[in-house]
Amino acid sequence: MLEADSLECERGGRKLFGPLSLDLAAGGLLRIAGANGSGKTSLLRILCGLLEPAAGQVRWNGTPIRELREDYSRELVYLGHAPAVKDELTPEENLAITCRLAGVPFSKEALKEALHAYSVPGLPARKLSQGQRRRAALARLVLSQRVPVWLLDEPFAALDVAAARFTEALVQEHVTRGGAVAYTTHQPSALDARSRVIELAA
Amino acid sequence: MLDTARTLVQRDLLLALRRKSDVATALLFFVIVASLFPLGIGAEPNQLRSIAPGVIWVAALLSSMLSLARLFAADHADGTLEQMLLGAAPLGIVVAAKAAAHWLVAGLPLVLAAPVIALQYDLEAPLYGVLALSLLIGTPILSIIGAIGAALTLGLRGGGVLLSLLVLPLYVPVLIMGAGAVEMAGAGLDPGGQLLLLAAMMVVAVAFAPLATAAALRISLE
Repeated sequence: MLEADSLECERGGRKLFGPLSLDLAAGGLLRIAGANGSGKTSLLRILCGLLEPAAGQVRWNGTPIRELREDYSRELVYLGHAPAVKDELTPEENLAITCRLAGVPFSKEALKEALHAYSVPGLPARKLSQGQRRRAALARLVLSQRVPVWLLDEPFAALDVAAARFTEALVQEHVTRGGAVAYTTHQPSALDARSRVIELAA
Repeated sequence: MLDTARTLVQRDLLLALRRKSDVATALLFFVIVASLFPLGIGAEPNQLRSIAPGVIWVAALLSSMLSLARLFAADHADGTLEQMLLGAAPLGIVVAAKAAAHWLVAGLPLVLAAPVIALQYDLEAPLYGVLALSLLIGTPILSIIGAIGAALTLGLRGGGVLLSLLVLPLYVPVLIMGAGAVEMAGAGLDPGGQLLLLAAMMVVAVAFAPLATAAALRISLE
């Protein structure tokens, strides 16, 4: 589904990694490993099209993603470092808006269930803790089961054990369903055994 | 696509509603700047009448400028902007919707407040309509052109000042046509020409500025 061809990444005039080729097929689980500053986030951002690689290209079913733009965006969920949760809105409003912008259909009940599954309280997001915000963002995964590609940047950061287990289970299910997931993490997780690993050298 | 635009406009209006001070700041700035001139220049009606269109228009430009710096900054800080870039709709639509919401929050109140401000300048009654109409056509241009500057200066330190340096020169034609329309009407001539030119500028801006803003956003977010 997703393939990257001899990617190279430069940040601030310094070469971060490359040339790097990878492919992520249906049912593929890929862990991007490496020390801080080795370019894990940059690689994920290149894969989702937010960052242009210095060389090489990313293709979705054979077509370069820069030609596909939003047609490709619709096929992926990217969860970055910032949780993308608006302080002034409730988690429910946040999730509804995120899903609508991403073109993911949802029902009100499903929305409530997703937030409930991650036990996010119904307070304005401003009053949530870091971990709760993270969960509010991750709740999107529950609704995005039809979206084939998940690109998750540090999905377990700031999560407690229960929420981390739940996220792992969601990812496992998604992969079993035929989805593809690429993620970065520093924490050991139950996914490690099943994932292919790409090690980025700092 | 339309769903995205509607969602974004609704979202930004809801955010403005929950963060009322932002809206109030821009409007109060406009009211205060426009009120300073009669106080500073003195109550000579003829003089006031002659400077009114220009002063009110300049105050509107500055006020719109003031709120532009925040157009993308908050969304950039909490990561929602990234998600908009990865949204289901083309980025141009997203940008146009953001600019539309900006106009509803920061431009439309100016249009409504302008006739009240004009009272201080002893403008003749028929001119109120022309002033409001010129602002109604002109302020959307400010929002949509300003979005290019806001996108280009996103994430820069001291971006606010740079934004004014980038965008204010682009506002000059709008200022000339907008204030000119009111002056024409004041001189007893037909302001139609200026207003139509202003409308033409709006059409061109609405058609092309979102593409430029989208390109600028992609660069800023790299």
